[in-house]
Amino acid sequence: MTEKAAGTQANPRVGLFVTCLVDLIRPSVGFAAVKLLRDAGATVEVPPSQTCCGQPAYNSGDRGDAAAIARQVVETFEGYDYVVAPSGSCAGMIKLHYPRLLAEDVAFAWRAAALAAKTFELTSFLVEVLQVRRVDARFAANVTYHDSCSNLRELKVRQAPRLLLGSVEGLRLTELEESEICCGFGGAFSVKYPEIATAMADAKLRDVAKSGAGHVLAGDLGCLLHIAGRLARDGSAVECRHVAEVLAGMTDAPAIGQARKAE
Amino acid sequence: MSKASEDVLPQAFKAGVAQALADEDLQRALLNVKRGFIAKRAKAVAKLPEFGQLRDEGRAIKDHTLQHLDLYLEIYERNVAESGGQVHFAPTSEDARDIVLRLCREADARLVTKGKSMVSEEIGLDAHLEAAGIEVAETDLGEHILQIRGDTPSHIIAPVIHLNKEEIAKDFVRAHAGLPAKRPLATVEDLVAEARAVLRQKFLSAQVGITGANLLIAETGSSVIVTNEGNGDLTAALPGTHIVVASIEKLVPTLEDACTILRLLARSATGQEITTYTSFTTGPARQSDVDGPRAYHVVLLDNGRSAILGGDFQDMLRCIRCGACLNHCPVYGAIGGHAYGSLYPGPMGAVLTPALYGIDQARDLPNASSFCGRCEEVCPMAIPLPSLMRRWRERDFDRGDPPWQQRLALKIWAFAAKRPRLYRALSGALMPLLARAAVGKGRFRRLPFAAAWTGTRDLPAPQGETFHTLYRKRRQP
Repeated sequence: MTEKAAGTQANPRVGLFVTCLVDLIRPSVGFAAVKLLRDAGATVEVPPSQTCCGQPAYNSGDRGDAAAIARQVVETFEGYDYVVAPSGSCAGMIKLHYPRLLAEDVAFAWRAAALAAKTFELTSFLVEVLQVRRVDARFAANVTYHDSCSNLRELKVRQAPRLLLGSVEGLRLTELEESEICCGFGGAFSVKYPEIATAMADAKLRDVAKSGAGHVLAGDLGCLLHIAGRLARDGSAVECRHVAEVLAGMTDAPAIGQARKAE
Repeated sequence: MSKASEDVLPQAFKAGVAQALADEDLQRALLNVKRGFIAKRAKAVAKLPEFGQLRDEGRAIKDHTLQHLDLYLEIYERNVAESGGQVHFAPTSEDARDIVLRLCREADARLVTKGKSMVSEEIGLDAHLEAAGIEVAETDLGEHILQIRGDTPSHIIAPVIHLNKEEIAKDFVRAHAGLPAKRPLATVEDLVAEARAVLRQKFLSAQVGITGANLLIAETGSSVIVTNEGNGDLTAALPGTHIVVASIEKLVPTLEDACTILRLLARSATGQEITTYTSFTTGPARQSDVDGPRAYHVVLLDNGRSAILGGDFQDMLRCIRCGACLNHCPVYGAIGGHAYGSLYPGPMGAVLTPALYGIDQARDLPNASSFCGRCEEVCPMAIPLPSLMRRWRERDFDRGDPPWQQRLALKIWAFAAKRPRLYRALSGALMPLLARAAVGKGRFRRLPFAAAWTGTRDLPAPQGETFHTLYRKRRQP
């Protein structure tokens, strides 16, 4: 059970935009999101005709494919009261970039704008729309939180994950000194310019080490794969998890990039 | 000698990156960007609650001026002439070099002093004057250091940010002849004192002084420079001829507009409320003036800028060269300015360089960004730098320039992403296979088709079946 403030729109119908990375690499994040939303009173549906938000095409300059995928997402999700994604990056794409991408498509421009208005990143949706103030979860650990650039700068989501983490039993949050700096993932950037991306990850890793935290949490799986991948290569024992898993109390699965421990 | 061959063109990017990342001195020097500029700007902006409003005003001033640039250029030229100066329009770098050289010869110049000017770097002015037998003395401390090293600027406002003071001391010992070899040069103050003494002689004996301009004011015909060293004033006021070299987008309509932009510039650049010197020059010395040049010229450079007007990249012409986007860019912070291969590095350079020289000359620059958005956030002119970089990527993609492997991978992915059933079938089959391949490890140290990732990072393996497969199964037990 989660505790809520008064004055919530009762039982909204939420379409979960799973995101391609969660779908492919870490389904446990998707199930954590479903649990958090249902606990907060939402009716959650997962339309099966979703794939990806289109960012790989959009940020590679392939506007045609990006727009085609955007139209598909608009058609799939416009019937819901809200669209929620466990990712600032994908939510930001729908909220800020779809209206620009489809601005000149007379049939879709207003539909994209309407979808944008009801699209949210998971933690901010829980706090701002569903008025969740506490979650029922326990994670006894010293953690730090990495703000993804899209959450921080595109969606201005900074307080929501911290507020919710503050209610997790046993959890101590130590902030990174330079929490505003990119981890170097940047989608295809991480493989087109691996040396630069890795240098950026290393700066983040030094900051993580300085914080003394044993776990890095974040709201975007892209950043987490990058940070976890570099931590593992570095031989670090620091573990990475999506914030939704911790908030939902679903931390049984091994951390990102870790094997299931032999019983 | 072919004249256009003197143009300063962008250089290769990727080779520069590897070099920069391996350069320990550079990496140490780059920490100064973080320690200095970022904190100072944040403090200055926090102290000015109306900064956001000021930014909107600055942006509106520049947009308005750019929309009516022809009109303001005419007004500016008329007012410069009325104050006794002369404006020379230079469509290309070559034209600008030729005009400046002609003016120097008319002034019978043997020695030219120069204030810091990115436009003069852009047109390769020093080399051109020196080839014609005219000595050029850079008088900005940073530019002086670059000159004695034969180096190029790595930052638009802090040209030697790539150097540590120990390296600079070595250069001084080597280049400043006639001084004791074992003099103290350990502190910044020592270095400044020595440069000041060396440069004083140059200030007093130059026939021509060349400065850039941070702003040009149409209603008064004035040019404005901001400095913290005072070298710009000595360059402008002591020689008999003052030449201002500036690009056309530096124009603003009124003195008041200039003041709005100055408030944004100093805070964004160095975190100062106002720079130590903010100097307005309007024409040559009047009859009643004790000091000042007898001749005043403005060489107005276009070099591709009017072609940017009215197009996709016009927003870039609002740039006031404060350097905030460089200072806050994690890519710039990792590789420094030289790796970009362009005089204009960082986010502003990633948009401007291809606009000035063509995308062929600078393909990598708008691509080498994680789109973290910090540049746009701190830009005092609200230039949407990531969107403009993306627009370059779109042009690049439309021309078919990205490597075929990248295009093919993208097209295969997009083909599937537009067909949810196919996508579901493929991903549903592939992910469990990958998970099985990494069983007991949870990640890949090496993966053939992901070498660009696994070269420096492990690749976390999928958990097993995809979310959609699992969700469907759980709903239909």
